[in-house]
Amino acid sequence: MTQELLTALYIAASVLFILSLGGLSDQEKAKKAVWYGIIGMIIAIFGTILGPDMKLDKLLIPALVVGSIIGLVVALKVQMTGMPQLVAALHSFVGLAAVFIGINSSIEPPQNLSNVEIIIHEIEIFLGVFIGAITFTGSVIAYGKLSELITGKALVLPGRHVLNILMTLACLVLGYMFLHQYGLWTLIAMTIIAFIIGAHLVLAIGGADMPVVVSMLNSYSGWAAAATGFLLGNDLLIVTGALVGSSGAILSYIMCKAMNRNFISVILGGWGDNVSSSQEIEGEMVPADIETVSGALNDAQNIVIVPGYGMAVAQAQSAVSELTSRLRNKKKNVRFAIHPVAGRLPGHMNVLLAEAKVPYDIVLEMDEINEDFPSTDAVLILGANDIVNPSAQDDPNSPIAGMPVLEVWKSSQVFIFKRGQGRGYSGIENPLFFKENSRMVYGDAKKSLDEILQKIS
Amino acid sequence: MIIGCPKELSKDEKRVALTPLSAKELIKLGFKCQIETKAGLESNYSDQDYKDAGVKVISSKDIWSKSDIIVKVRAPSNLELKLLKPKTTLISFIWPAQNKKLLEDLKKKNVSVISMDMIPRISRAQKMDALSSMANIAGYRAVIEASNNFGRFFTGQITAAGKVAPAKVLVIGAGVAGLAAIGTAQSLGAIVRAFDVRPEVAEQIESMGADFLLLDFDEDGSGEGGYAKPASKEFIKKEMQLFREQAPEIDIVITTALIPGKPAPLLWPKEMVKLMKPGSVVVDLAAEQGGNCDLTKPNKLYKTSNNVTIIGYTDLPSRMATQSSNLYSTNIRHMLSDLTPDKNGKISINMDDDVIRGSTVVLNGKITFPPPPPKVQAIAKHESKNTSKTQEEIEKEEILKQKKAGFQQLVLLIVGSLLMLLIGFYAPPSFMQHFIVFVLSCFVGFQVIWNVSHSLHTPLMAVTNAISGIIIVGALLQIGSSNYIVNILAIISVMIATINIVGGFLVTKRMLSMFKKS
Repeated sequence: MTQELLTALYIAASVLFILSLGGLSDQEKAKKAVWYGIIGMIIAIFGTILGPDMKLDKLLIPALVVGSIIGLVVALKVQMTGMPQLVAALHSFVGLAAVFIGINSSIEPPQNLSNVEIIIHEIEIFLGVFIGAITFTGSVIAYGKLSELITGKALVLPGRHVLNILMTLACLVLGYMFLHQYGLWTLIAMTIIAFIIGAHLVLAIGGADMPVVVSMLNSYSGWAAAATGFLLGNDLLIVTGALVGSSGAILSYIMCKAMNRNFISVILGGWGDNVSSSQEIEGEMVPADIETVSGALNDAQNIVIVPGYGMAVAQAQSAVSELTSRLRNKKKNVRFAIHPVAGRLPGHMNVLLAEAKVPYDIVLEMDEINEDFPSTDAVLILGANDIVNPSAQDDPNSPIAGMPVLEVWKSSQVFIFKRGQGRGYSGIENPLFFKENSRMVYGDAKKSLDEILQKIS
Repeated sequence: MIIGCPKELSKDEKRVALTPLSAKELIKLGFKCQIETKAGLESNYSDQDYKDAGVKVISSKDIWSKSDIIVKVRAPSNLELKLLKPKTTLISFIWPAQNKKLLEDLKKKNVSVISMDMIPRISRAQKMDALSSMANIAGYRAVIEASNNFGRFFTGQITAAGKVAPAKVLVIGAGVAGLAAIGTAQSLGAIVRAFDVRPEVAEQIESMGADFLLLDFDEDGSGEGGYAKPASKEFIKKEMQLFREQAPEIDIVITTALIPGKPAPLLWPKEMVKLMKPGSVVVDLAAEQGGNCDLTKPNKLYKTSNNVTIIGYTDLPSRMATQSSNLYSTNIRHMLSDLTPDKNGKISINMDDDVIRGSTVVLNGKITFPPPPPKVQAIAKHESKNTSKTQEEIEKEEILKQKKAGFQQLVLLIVGSLLMLLIGFYAPPSFMQHFIVFVLSCFVGFQVIWNVSHSLHTPLMAVTNAISGIIIVGALLQIGSSNYIVNILAIISVMIATINIVGGFLVTKRMLSMFKKS
């Protein structure tokens, strides 16, 4: 295959990738969009393998086969609640691949480069490896946090900003040395420091900010691919990397806006700084039993369900779906209110509810449903906390002040399904639980829902 | 002030505008009530019932001359107009748009007239919305009349004597009457389908338990104030095609389609009736306004040559006089209570009030019809979220925002171009070529992602993640190097990138296949 033909294939692949991302604008088109992506990827891989620069190796086929099998198994076995972990884990692979490719390119630089081109090439290697390394360890830590192998709390080392700055400076120094031919060890040393930076960055971010972190890492993996494209002089890598990078950046931006948080401050560490809220909360949490909840549901006409991470943890989505269809069969108006950052991944709740076959036209966004709470008879909150915290509106000193929240307290009755009396992921006290129209339902959300289902036919 | 309720003169009219119950409440507001003798008889209220409630029962002569406020059901006839004395306030159905002459006559009489059919459709006015309460009854009664003339059960049964198929009912127009008809037919056990030109009522139809017949056509038939507006030609063509498919299957058709101030639209023409099975029934609730079926004879029931019964009764509410009178008199009582804010038995017509302004058609001998459009929309449109701000403020804010955004954009562009110049100054041409590609791709990425719907953010992430596996191309190109470290690293990279690609796409597909519509 000639270079020209390969370029043509690369163009085709790029167009298909763009179509694939653009196709996700609605549910029906999205199914086609995935196929665009798959076809684009196949064209890109086989084009490259059959292309002029390719030197075949007997290990190539086994590598592809083994990789495919692992990918297949992982993707088929993962539970929908485990989606955030999986995405985080997959990001780490791209990061690691970028590191390897960069190191390789440094060991075996391309021939016939002018002086300026060599410097640029080395800058590209440096950037590619740096971003790749941060993506790798960052994703690994994010994976650990999401699958609860590591505590979800923000790890706040004393002087962590100074630490980050020092490490970044060290990387820059090593980079300077790398450019001036001090040898490969400078690159390796920089890689190790970048690994530490990545891990430290994500460790310092609290669980509630995880949606932003995951999409940020997504963006990084794209930039790493783009940097790799520069150092190999491969336009397809540049195009695709830039697409992924910018899309991740926008997603992170949308997430941050939904939480009213500054993007920079999220990246540089969670809100572990000031946990204590200045407002004293009056009242007490009143528990409610299953009878009360099912009775209230039987009487209510307008019901809104607010799912949160707790629903995912308890695997309660199918019980919720069953409850929804039973209530809907009784001609009740049941809807779902999804906060943009509910769960640990953007759109996490939508995916879970879709898995449980909840029709997507009764699943509404915050802006669509917030006005309807005053006319709602009963709200069920399933393991959500910060996204229904009224102190975001009432208490200017609250760490989440100004974050848009679901105004559930305006409805006639709120039932909060919660594992215990503990605080939310952000560690903030929630005055909602103490309000007069709030009732707490303690225990595993799935168990409680199953019991309610017995009372509602 | 004295409220008088004369007996309805029309022989088809059995309702009465004042019941003992409503009279009691009105007396509490400080009014004195009197009623013409035998006025409530056909609604099953005797003169004694009224006397017990504190109402004076008087003769027909005195009722017009000795009352300050006259409450009625039907618009006054010529005979009644002569009896109407100046300075009286008349509250009844008037239909001012259709009865221009009556309006002129009322004007000459120097009276004030409140038309119960002109009450705007806003939430606050629902308690006096007589059209809705009468339509509710008409819808119910339409089903009862249909079943009376239909030779079969509504509900499906399997009996020892054979299987009975359930009746199929089609309701056209899902206003109050339509919804009431749906509910009634549904509770009798029929299979109910419904059609309306306003797509937003689909939910209401389904909430009543009927299937909404969806027309695959992009047109919103909603007019002002929650009513329907006339449809376009293409729309009607599609609609007719839909009905043609339904007609042979359907046993009972109930049409309720009305467009305010216009003759009723023709929705069930002769050809549909011909397609129907013998024994089927058509109930045309729009008979008074010309009918949705061109075979309808107002006030009559008759059978066509293919044995389809067509019912064109216009007095359905009056056929349930007790119920109708109760509801109508309550509507009137609410109207009067809004007219007497001080509860002192003296009405004042406050023309600043949307509801009162809308329903007052003659004020002190001056015609005040048609009213300006109400300030409050009947059904909140989706855009009207920022009602608290005036249009001007919003425009001002927009301009300010645009200016600010424009300025920011300008600064960004300048900084960006300076940066580009700097890079271009030092970098070799080979780099610049790639750089162009890079910058353009970033832009494409930004543009494309803004449109992705929120609920698809997780699939989006999985897709971009899978696509970022493109890094495999880089690893592939490094394979086969003579340096074994390079080769091994490249092979590992190929493998892990493959995991990413396969896993990412597969998981996305799994996720997307789960999204379904109800």
